[in-house]
Amino acid sequence: MTTVAFSLNGKRRLIDCEPTQTLLDWLREEEGLTGTKEGCNEGDCGACTVMVQDKNGARALNACILFLPQIDGHAVTTVEGLRAPDGQLHPAQEALIAHHGSQCGFCTPGVAMSMATAHLNEATDHKDQLAGNLCRCTGYAPILKAAKTIEGKPAPEHLATPALLAATSETHLRSSDEIAEWYLENPTGTLIAGGTDVGLWVTKEFRALGDVAFIGQADDLREIRISDTEIWIGACATIADLRRALRPHHAHFADMLKRYGSEQVRNAATIGGNIANGSPIGDSPPALIALGATLHLRRGDQRRSMPLESFFIEYGKQDRSLGEFVEAVTFARQADDLCVYKVSKRFDQDISSVCGAINIKRENGIITSARIAFGGMAGIPKCAASVETALIDQPWDELTFTRAAKIFAENFSPMTDHRASAEYRLACAENMLLRFFAEKSGQLTDLRAVVT
Amino acid sequence: MTISARLPHDSAEAHVTGFARYTDDVPTPKNCLHLAFGTSRIARGRLEGLEVEQVRKAPGVQTVLTKDDFQHIPDCAPAAHDEPLLATRAISYTGQPLFLVIAETHLRARAAAHLGTANIIEERPILTVEDALAAETWFDSGPRTYTRGTPQHIIQNAPHRLEGRLELGGQEHFYLEGQTALALPQDNGDMRIICSSQHPSEIQHKVAHALGVPMHAVQVEVRRMGGAFGGKESQGNALAIACAIAAQRTGRPCKMRYDRDDDFMITGKRHDIRIDYEVGFTPDGKIEALLFKHYLRCGWSQDLSLPVADRAMLHADNAYFIPHMEITSYRLRTNIQSATAFRGFGGPQGMAGIERVMDHIAHHLGKDPLEVRQANFYKKGQTTHYGQKIDEFALEELVPTLAATADYTDRRAAIAAWNAEQKILKRGIALTPVKFGISFTLTHLNQAGALVHVYQDGSVMLNHGGTEMGQGLFQKVAQVAAHRFGLPLERVKITATDTAKVPNTSATAASSGSDLNGMAVAIACDKIKAAIAAWIAPLHQAVPEDVTFKETRVIVGATSYSWEDAIAQAYQARVPLSATGFYKTPSIAWDRNKGQGRPFYYFAYGAACTEVVVDTLTGENRILRTDILHDVGQSLNPALDIGQIEGGYVQGAGWLTMEELVWDDKGVLKTHAPSTYKIPATNDTPEIFNVHLWDGANTEDTIYRSKAVGEPPFMLGISAFLALSDTVASCGSSYPALNAPATPERLLMTMRGMQT
Repeated sequence: MTTVAFSLNGKRRLIDCEPTQTLLDWLREEEGLTGTKEGCNEGDCGACTVMVQDKNGARALNACILFLPQIDGHAVTTVEGLRAPDGQLHPAQEALIAHHGSQCGFCTPGVAMSMATAHLNEATDHKDQLAGNLCRCTGYAPILKAAKTIEGKPAPEHLATPALLAATSETHLRSSDEIAEWYLENPTGTLIAGGTDVGLWVTKEFRALGDVAFIGQADDLREIRISDTEIWIGACATIADLRRALRPHHAHFADMLKRYGSEQVRNAATIGGNIANGSPIGDSPPALIALGATLHLRRGDQRRSMPLESFFIEYGKQDRSLGEFVEAVTFARQADDLCVYKVSKRFDQDISSVCGAINIKRENGIITSARIAFGGMAGIPKCAASVETALIDQPWDELTFTRAAKIFAENFSPMTDHRASAEYRLACAENMLLRFFAEKSGQLTDLRAVVT
Repeated sequence: MTISARLPHDSAEAHVTGFARYTDDVPTPKNCLHLAFGTSRIARGRLEGLEVEQVRKAPGVQTVLTKDDFQHIPDCAPAAHDEPLLATRAISYTGQPLFLVIAETHLRARAAAHLGTANIIEERPILTVEDALAAETWFDSGPRTYTRGTPQHIIQNAPHRLEGRLELGGQEHFYLEGQTALALPQDNGDMRIICSSQHPSEIQHKVAHALGVPMHAVQVEVRRMGGAFGGKESQGNALAIACAIAAQRTGRPCKMRYDRDDDFMITGKRHDIRIDYEVGFTPDGKIEALLFKHYLRCGWSQDLSLPVADRAMLHADNAYFIPHMEITSYRLRTNIQSATAFRGFGGPQGMAGIERVMDHIAHHLGKDPLEVRQANFYKKGQTTHYGQKIDEFALEELVPTLAATADYTDRRAAIAAWNAEQKILKRGIALTPVKFGISFTLTHLNQAGALVHVYQDGSVMLNHGGTEMGQGLFQKVAQVAAHRFGLPLERVKITATDTAKVPNTSATAASSGSDLNGMAVAIACDKIKAAIAAWIAPLHQAVPEDVTFKETRVIVGATSYSWEDAIAQAYQARVPLSATGFYKTPSIAWDRNKGQGRPFYYFAYGAACTEVVVDTLTGENRILRTDILHDVGQSLNPALDIGQIEGGYVQGAGWLTMEELVWDDKGVLKTHAPSTYKIPATNDTPEIFNVHLWDGANTEDTIYRSKAVGEPPFMLGISAFLALSDTVASCGSSYPALNAPATPERLLMTMRGMQT
């Protein structure tokens, strides 16, 4: 048991709980606040979306995979608290009614919370902001209309000034040093950052996690530092943080990251978790590998570094010893030649069938370096070494790329599963290289740029 | 005027504030128990034993029920008595319930359910169409055939002949609210059920049967569902029965809610289908004769598969007059989840088949598919292949109107120019019509009841047999009642569907909700009005016909009463202020065995034009623009109707383009959560989405001349599929023969298979 302090719909709460109790479970089962819905219990539908505010601002998060210590010290608003204390509906609520944005209504509380959070943050990329809220009834048209109409309306006062508290749970580790010490003492324990993966161990696999520690409030690891020579990304930086930070430097990568999970997932998931969980896809690792990133691990006071690709040994196995954790990932500042292509069944919030990152540099018409990495093509995120070799020192022309594309099969023998066949994965990998050349040659390749 | 007003959903404010209560939100007594099924991990075999000791010992577990705890295992099936609550001997699919855990909390019940093991002697599962045909495992004692004319003979002599095959995947309902039921034991062994069901009367019937009590001892209440789409017509039976049995045995309230993965693994989905066709036609594309073979994988139990497959046959013509036609339908029993009702109920499958044929003919002749479609359109007075006369055919004008407003011809030319120029991104367009038959094909289901009370303060309570699943039925019917009485809508209280108020109801299905219940409510209101008029008219030397109800007043001759005064005085005068209403659809008659008659009261029409763009390197794609013109008769509520149309289109497009169910070769469903099964999200909606209602009243005497709207728009999504097919066609010379769902992978592989 641990004790957690937070404000819920403007009221201060201090509660004792199991550290792996989810906010959704607590709201519905113990508080009787049943406005927040359970649609999937795995962070994929958004019916449980709540607004969480901390010193860094307001975020929409999925309550079904949010453990109570993760909101320690924060201000939480559920749909029941969206109205002003005087009963005035939030502009998002009014707009959803006016534009017929609810039919069965089950996704609506989550939609309203995502919309209100976006509104507070003055975000107007409505399709992306709401892509994590599945609706089976409306086809989204009225929801998107509603979101559009509240742009620029003033944010209600009760949301603009959240009451933040001091966190009380002893389950937090607040710095890299604290993590190092705890993990050395509890090497079989579980570190929880955003919980978008670990959450499912609890809600779907019924795993008893034993000793847990929360590292989402380790401020030194949330930083992203950009110097003249290097970009340093702390392990606890969220994907949302990363996307914002990378946009001026690697626009293509940042753009792909809007397809990493949903707004709710990106607001929780961390780059450290994305690497450390060893997913064969991961979405960030292929891009980071293509950028030539270095991974920094720490165990106690010992630190070591390695090329990111070396960390992934085989499916389910990484080069990480007990008590060792990902501290940061870094890569050199460089011209932005990187393109990242993600193919999945759905544009938003889907696990990649193939995710390809291609970083090719040239001088005077000759390819001088090529870094190409893929997710979804092997048991680990992996480089296309033969393809890279085939490109380097070759002229920058269609023939070079066409030839190189044909040798992907030397590096990869992907699997067939419910996402994609081996044949399709290989075809995508080949064609992504061709798309890279076409895109760099000024051809129209962006599906999203086409208008009728 | 409340009729035709663009009013929001009756629960809109409750939805956005979180106060709309769904079954799992109903506060339960402190001693409530929670249930979960332990399920089979094997698709087919014989159950030799269950090991549930670990389950019993798990924390919070009260008890575990297995087949051995029943003298007669309760049945959950809607018709065929072939769905035991728990598997007895035969294991029929992966996900089949084997034992029932009763525990202190939902989480503990679920966790414990995973600890059980089953000793099953495995048998080779029947999974594919080929497996089932070889084993001759089918329902309906074999294939069913409807024939008109002499199609075999005509095809042989037709100027042009084509044959082909279309495979369409199934579809998970993915109602956002999973299946849920709550049983509350009452006095004398009675049972009260609160659940998420489209069919409370069937829940009542099945629970009564399971408990061994008359139906009067079971009351079922449904205030609202968080989406249903057909998936809560029969699939909730098992939960309600399990809760009732557990509540009877423990004497405590019992609740069951499927976790999302369980919901995917246990419950049925839309039928997938393979359609083989052979068509003979003239040089201008007119069909002379057509042969269809429908192969539907129905899953392990019959469920609603027979009427679903029938409806596929009845929509195999869609909007086209086909003088000679034969459809043979195979209803195959396979070892997967039992396919069930899903918006359109087989209609979409049948319709997609004929739309593919139209497309194929056009490609063969090098004609615009729209031209071929229009050449084959029904003309008023012709009959369908099942003998129903086409009295009204809105598409004759509707389709040209849409083609004009959507700028179809010019855009088609612009797309051709674009495709000639662009190497990587190709575009395509399709305009497809919908003609959908309205009525249950099982004639006796076309009935409805209503109960209306006017209380002495003038407030009105409304109840009817329809259920609210998001479609806005309650609001539409309340609009009817308010209009009838001449009252503002807020005077009418909408109440939960309740088997104790209106008995023997049909499922809210077949798009029939507002047609049937709206009429029943109107009849009930009219009875009360008649009683008031009969009392008040003589007081003013008038006849009842002179009494009018409008603007919250009752007017008789020169005298005008406020509604409140009239009602208060009527009460004191001992006038009955409560009435039931009963309605049955007129004019329908259907002989299923002959395949002849008038199964439908009328047809609903619509058409959609969709333009897409496809990346030929990966098959990724996007809907650029959709224009829809849809016929809802005289709309009861245009805002709600447009919502049904937009949502139906996106759901239909999702079925055919991105939603993919994948079973492995052992019959295990691998896509059993939103992480792996992808329904459309915000970026999958058309970039430009123009939806308009066709201006025309129903020619049949429906409630205020409106038309049903629940299912028909779903089939507008076929235009998205055929727009993708049109795009693929631009990549070569052969006919694409694209199958669905047209995922990026299927599109790329189809493009690669094209002859150039």
